[in-house]
Amino acid sequence: MSVKLNTRQVGDVTVIDVSGRITLGEGSSALRDALRELVAKGNKKILLNLGDVSYIDSSGIGELVSGFTTVANQGGTLKLLSLTKRVKDLLQITKLYTVFDVHEDEAHAIRSFA
Amino acid sequence: MELDTGAKEVLDHHYPSTLESVDLAEGEILKAAEHTGFDEDDRHRIGMAVRECMVNAVVHGNRYNRNKRVHVRVSVGVSFTIRITDQGEGFEVQEVPDPLHDTNLLRHSGRGLFLMGAFMDDMKVCKVSPAGTEVTLVKNIGPKES
Repeated sequence: MSVKLNTRQVGDVTVIDVSGRITLGEGSSALRDALRELVAKGNKKILLNLGDVSYIDSSGIGELVSGFTTVANQGGTLKLLSLTKRVKDLLQITKLYTVFDVHEDEAHAIRSFA
Repeated sequence: MELDTGAKEVLDHHYPSTLESVDLAEGEILKAAEHTGFDEDDRHRIGMAVRECMVNAVVHGNRYNRNKRVHVRVSVGVSFTIRITDQGEGFEVQEVPDPLHDTNLLRHSGRGLFLMGAFMDDMKVCKVSPAGTEVTLVKNIGPKES
């Protein structure tokens, strides 16, 4: 299953629900395009819901990092929501878990942008 | 890395230098891993290491060159050993930046080799003649150490 992205607005926070695989090729480029489009439109509070992401490779990790820096460079914030155990493990062994602001609960994550 | 003299070769295939080959090789090797008896977590780790290695071979090694192939071999003995060989120009492992260093944490790329090592029990990278790189990925077979 390739990646699927659904974008919704919760107050002034843009939530991207991601499902499937974020791997080199279609998966990582779709995420990159979505984040760049949101930033270009002026969205500065972005919450990436990875709860239904079954697989992520180093290219996918690279897109998360690029998204994080792209949003930050525009004065915005990108946070992560609902990591699966495997994605959490991956971010921990690459020492990125502490770089991202990671949340388990969506309402709590939304409030944290205030 | 010790020589596994009693190993039986269960896969020997040349793949074209395309991203489709990454999926194909991962699928074939995961079948062999399941047949060998690895559990789901170990198969996930093997699959990730193979994916990273195949991507390196296709993208950075052979640079999608349609005249070049990626040679994949799997042997099973005291360990599950995967050898993936490209026909690229090669690289020096010691020149690959450490992705865990503070100055490299936010780099877009450069985590593939590290992840291969993290997910397998042993890994070796060597240049092959006349050109190319061979990566050997090893997963031990048997009860896990507690």
